[in-house]
Amino acid sequence: MPAPFDKNDDSVVVVIGTGAGGGVLSNELAQKGVSVVALEAGGRYLPEDYTNDEWDSFGQLAWTDPRSTSGDWRVAKDFSGLPAWIVKAVGGSTIHWAGASLRFQEHEWKAATTYGKVQGANLLDWPIDAAEMAPWYEKAENKLGVTRTGGRAGLPGSNNFKVFEAGAKKLGYKEVHTGRMAINSADYDERTACQQTGFCFQGCKWGAKWSSAYTDIPRGEATGNLEVREKAHVVRIEHDKSGKVSGVVYQDADGNQHMQKARVICIAGNSIESPRLLLNSASSMFPDGLGNSSGQVGRNYMRHMTGSVYAVFDKPVKMWRGTTMAGIISDESRHDPTRGFVGGYEMETLSLGIPFMAAFLDPGGWGREFTTALDAYENMAGMWLVGEDMPQETNRITLNHDVKDKFGLPVPNVHFDDHPNDIAMRSHAYKQGIAVYEAVGATRVFPTPPYPSTHNLGTNRMSANPRDGVVNKWGQSHDVKNLFVSDGSQFTTGAAENPTLTIVALAIRQADHLARELSKGNL
Amino acid sequence: MAMLKDLTNLTRRELLSRGAKLGLTAFVVGPAFVAAGDAAWATELKHLKPETMATLIQMARDIYPHDRIADEFYATAVKTYDSEGTAEIIEAGVAALDAAAVGAGFPSYVETGWERDRVDILRSMEKTLFFQTIRGGLVTGLYNQKAVWPVFGYEGESFSKGGYINRGFDDINWL
Repeated sequence: MPAPFDKNDDSVVVVIGTGAGGGVLSNELAQKGVSVVALEAGGRYLPEDYTNDEWDSFGQLAWTDPRSTSGDWRVAKDFSGLPAWIVKAVGGSTIHWAGASLRFQEHEWKAATTYGKVQGANLLDWPIDAAEMAPWYEKAENKLGVTRTGGRAGLPGSNNFKVFEAGAKKLGYKEVHTGRMAINSADYDERTACQQTGFCFQGCKWGAKWSSAYTDIPRGEATGNLEVREKAHVVRIEHDKSGKVSGVVYQDADGNQHMQKARVICIAGNSIESPRLLLNSASSMFPDGLGNSSGQVGRNYMRHMTGSVYAVFDKPVKMWRGTTMAGIISDESRHDPTRGFVGGYEMETLSLGIPFMAAFLDPGGWGREFTTALDAYENMAGMWLVGEDMPQETNRITLNHDVKDKFGLPVPNVHFDDHPNDIAMRSHAYKQGIAVYEAVGATRVFPTPPYPSTHNLGTNRMSANPRDGVVNKWGQSHDVKNLFVSDGSQFTTGAAENPTLTIVALAIRQADHLARELSKGNL
Repeated sequence: MAMLKDLTNLTRRELLSRGAKLGLTAFVVGPAFVAAGDAAWATELKHLKPETMATLIQMARDIYPHDRIADEFYATAVKTYDSEGTAEIIEAGVAALDAAAVGAGFPSYVETGWERDRVDILRSMEKTLFFQTIRGGLVTGLYNQKAVWPVFGYEGESFSKGGYINRGFDDINWL
């Protein structure tokens, strides 16, 4: 049973957030006998609570605390108060994610070296590489039950996939399949096989898709070493006179403030909240924010080059039947500057229901150009385009002192300008996505603009040199020895792949490191 | 309630006469409004003038025209504006819409016979808060009504039916 820990117990590791980073880290530490208090801003929702209804689910799960936006990205115009589409719940965005689980390619760990100087980009090589990460990726794939890895079969192809696959083959693409997905193709690890229900974004009611909400979290709690406090929103991290972090201040559901002492603090609140928390924890010793001697906290915000292509055919597709993300084309994920940009992108099928299609197909659109598209919904196929975007120092999370949240704290402002490389890549991706569908007879195509960001990365990045980033190769703060970052904000660069598998692999690796250092008395 | 019914009846006569005058019963929202006279939205009007509601319904259809979706669903989508807090701004917005129609040489917005002319009027107001509020509200107000989903072929919830593993997730036959 989850043993409650005393708030004055300064021997515990406090983990902030319970998603792909924090949820996995909490469980991995608990399994190794480390005492963990995980503080989660959201409530607890399990498969029986999830709903096959897009807006109801959004209301149940989405992080809708006030945020502001700026910059030339289209999201700032279309969704000015909702820069990111992430989850506020035990399990975080692992409830919402589509399940794509791809390893980084070898060259993507060395973006600065591979791509060379890119004007305006703050590129840096990761302090770790493919060889270092290979065993951790394998553990992550086994934990998540990723299809097409570890001898696990692929998922069967849905209608949406079959259209996509046929187009890809006509175009000569070679790397086309139903994806490496953290969705069971057969019963695995006490989770059932996928029933092709759709609504993967709304939380899998079968539990066929991996989420920390119903795997790592309860397993960690079962050890007796993990206590998860729900609706506990951390507002500040405190430190002692020596500059080590000593505890966190959080608000409970009733608005009461608490202080939890800690031996080590690991932040995993997603790439918007994690830097915000460090900035909001500024003190006389750390006037620019906790762990921010580099000035890089909040900077280099990445959100992947994204876009979608939907296409209408003369016959039905019924793309909503089956997994939300049903297949992938990886041929364009290579680094090939002859295309006019560095890095690469993945093409992944995607489906939205009518309520979300109306909101996202062409935000702001109206009239018959818009409605005839929806009238053809049954005959529509869709894909998402996701590629590496360039880290830029000026793309950043800052504190917006003009807007306060319910705790009276400045909300995060998310500033993002597309880099010319992002724009060139998006335009290439639209062209190729359209070509895939036209190859199988699309009568009309829609190059759909980015949705609010689901992949939020880079705002506390890893660097070998403390001058260049916020954390070292273990996710440990360069400035504060017992402060760690455990989510996608530690990404040095974004790579083309969906980030969750890498976040999970890094969390498993970090837990191993932390447990070792704790037992040696180094922390 | 009696007074509201009278209002509705008055509007029915008005709208019918307008429809007859224009000879455009198929287009004019009036008859549908009347046909739906027993529906909740018609009798529940508490703050908006019935003419205003009729115009809003036509405006909603012109913003998101789906010829296979009946007026009652557009009415459901805009009836939230029949509230104390919004009535004033909506009446003002509809008055501006009618003024724009008059400026374009038509008697009123709903009496502008062709959709293309009404769309031109809407285009001229596209940047206004009124238009953007109505359009934005329709995205969920119209498309999140489960009753309209079958028009698009969308099947909605599937968990209770066991998903599509045995119900056609891969039944495409024309590739």
